[in-house]
Amino acid sequence: MSTKTKSIETKTDFNQDERLKKVSKLRLLLNRPELGALGGAILVFIFFGIVAGDTGMFSAYGVLNFLDVSANLGIIAIAAAMLMIGGEFDLSIGSMIGFAGICIAIPAIYWGWPLWMSIIFAFSMAVLVGYFNGILVVRTGLPSFIVTLAMLFILRGATLAITRLITGRTQVPGLRVLIEDDPLAWIFATDTFKWVFTWLGSMNLIALRTDGTPLATGIPPSVIWFIALAIITTWILMKTRYGNWIFASGGDKNGANNVGVPVGRVKISLFIGTAVAATIFATIQVLDAGSADTMRGTLKELEAIAAAVVGGCLLTGGYGSAIGAAFGALIFGTVSMGIFYTDVDTDWFKVFLGAMMLIAVIFNNYIRRKVTESK
Amino acid sequence: MSDYLVQFNNISKFFGKVIALKDVTMKLKKGEIMCLLGDNGAGKSTLIKTLAGVHRPDEGEIIVEGKKTIFDSPKDALDMGIATVYQDLALVSLMSVTRNFFMGREPMKGPPFFKTFDIEKANKIAAERMGQIGIDVRDPSQAVGTMSGGERQCLAISRAIYFGAKVLVLDEPTSALGVHQASVVLKYIVKAASQGLAVILITHNVHHAYPVGNSFTVLNRGKSLGTYEKKDISREKLLSMMAGGEELNKLEVELQEMNRSSAN
Repeated sequence: MSTKTKSIETKTDFNQDERLKKVSKLRLLLNRPELGALGGAILVFIFFGIVAGDTGMFSAYGVLNFLDVSANLGIIAIAAAMLMIGGEFDLSIGSMIGFAGICIAIPAIYWGWPLWMSIIFAFSMAVLVGYFNGILVVRTGLPSFIVTLAMLFILRGATLAITRLITGRTQVPGLRVLIEDDPLAWIFATDTFKWVFTWLGSMNLIALRTDGTPLATGIPPSVIWFIALAIITTWILMKTRYGNWIFASGGDKNGANNVGVPVGRVKISLFIGTAVAATIFATIQVLDAGSADTMRGTLKELEAIAAAVVGGCLLTGGYGSAIGAAFGALIFGTVSMGIFYTDVDTDWFKVFLGAMMLIAVIFNNYIRRKVTESK
Repeated sequence: MSDYLVQFNNISKFFGKVIALKDVTMKLKKGEIMCLLGDNGAGKSTLIKTLAGVHRPDEGEIIVEGKKTIFDSPKDALDMGIATVYQDLALVSLMSVTRNFFMGREPMKGPPFFKTFDIEKANKIAAERMGQIGIDVRDPSQAVGTMSGGERQCLAISRAIYFGAKVLVLDEPTSALGVHQASVVLKYIVKAASQGLAVILITHNVHHAYPVGNSFTVLNRGKSLGTYEKKDISREKLLSMMAGGEELNKLEVELQEMNRSSAN
């Protein structure tokens, strides 16, 4: 009742639309897709702050630990989110991680290639796989869910078969010695801001090892990649023409085509994006572990999609944000590590992951109705 | 050289054995609104797609501003200034008014290689253009999904005009709208024509077409039943031509007979 009388009152003001209700800043914020994930992340931190505040989870070492896990997931989640906004799925991300891993390890160990060349080779393969996924989806008009599901099996199978054929095993160790002095590998394998940690250690502000060096040695490369990707992709979505095309391609393929958006090219480029992100993930992990494993990345595609959904992406495309997916990944990473610091059995993590996703989908659905409902 | 802005002469289109269009001729001057009337299946959609450059006519010629042309793609038609606003409007309801307005043709700023989407400028133009039609977009960053059907239609038309349309092809712009909304859209169409555009208004609703049209072409089963100036034809005549007047008459007779027999 009260709103009704209000709208009649404002009718007398001709400079204002008579139907314009005052939109509060809060309401505007509610329209942002990443709001749910941001709120969720804050809740998660409050929860662990209370439950595990004095357990070392929030020590420098603990923080870097869960940031590292979040960042790894975040790298692929951001790419998955971009693709979902563009209206497609990529279920082959996890398999691509395994595939990229052996693309680095086998040439470097068995064929004697320098490491940098193997890394470039892996990224080239990623571009090819992404392009193939994209062109198949765009040309055939088949659901990307099916096309990339096929690619999930093909890539994983090929990874296993090729590795066993060449090495006789399913793991390829021995990469660690190659990292040093390599002109490219350091981008994926160097801890940064070491001096900060050394200084903090010397001031006795963070935990030290028995030899006096700090326990946390620097920011892991995954975190740097993650932050850089989050910033770049958000900028692309909000500030560039290509970003507008991504929203348009996912929102209404035919409509976008009719006004001159190159929908096919946009989608193919996004598929290349997910494959390349999977390769960044793989490179960081392979260099960190010093070995490649054919099973690496299994089920990661679903975690990436889950993080993107929690981050506000709609499964139907055309809506979502990269920064939201980053928060989604932060939630998952924090909980998966934080759970070790609590009394809760870690087996429950998957339950949490599922529940979180369900809540996010219901919430997002509600938001979408709010955004699109006619007045 | 004629004073017609655009002419479609004897356009025919076949799909295999099916004759979708046969010898359809339409001529438009600047500022003219031609209404293309036809029942379902009359060939309206095929004609629209031919005008828009999606289909290439199998026979006939298209003359734009005195020059004979062939449209190989929708882009060709658009480049010649023939803009088609489809029923689905090519609007993404989840995207903002501004992002929709400039979809595919975003204004850019900044140095080469670092060009960014000039959102401020885009917002300003979108709000301004919508304001000119009398639609006060409360906030150009609001989603198109929050607009009414009539407002969306006007947005799509306004976008086509902004990007240089000389001939507007409107596909059933009022079919999904209520009476008030439809009149808002029709008013806007008349206003656009008065600014020198030629408008082809495709509809099956004579009551919407008759008040705004200068001339009327009736399409039936792929063939044109002729083009009439407004002064030469009445609303009732149009209606009966379009629906296949005999069919309605027959129906009336049959109903009368049924009444009579039940009365006996």
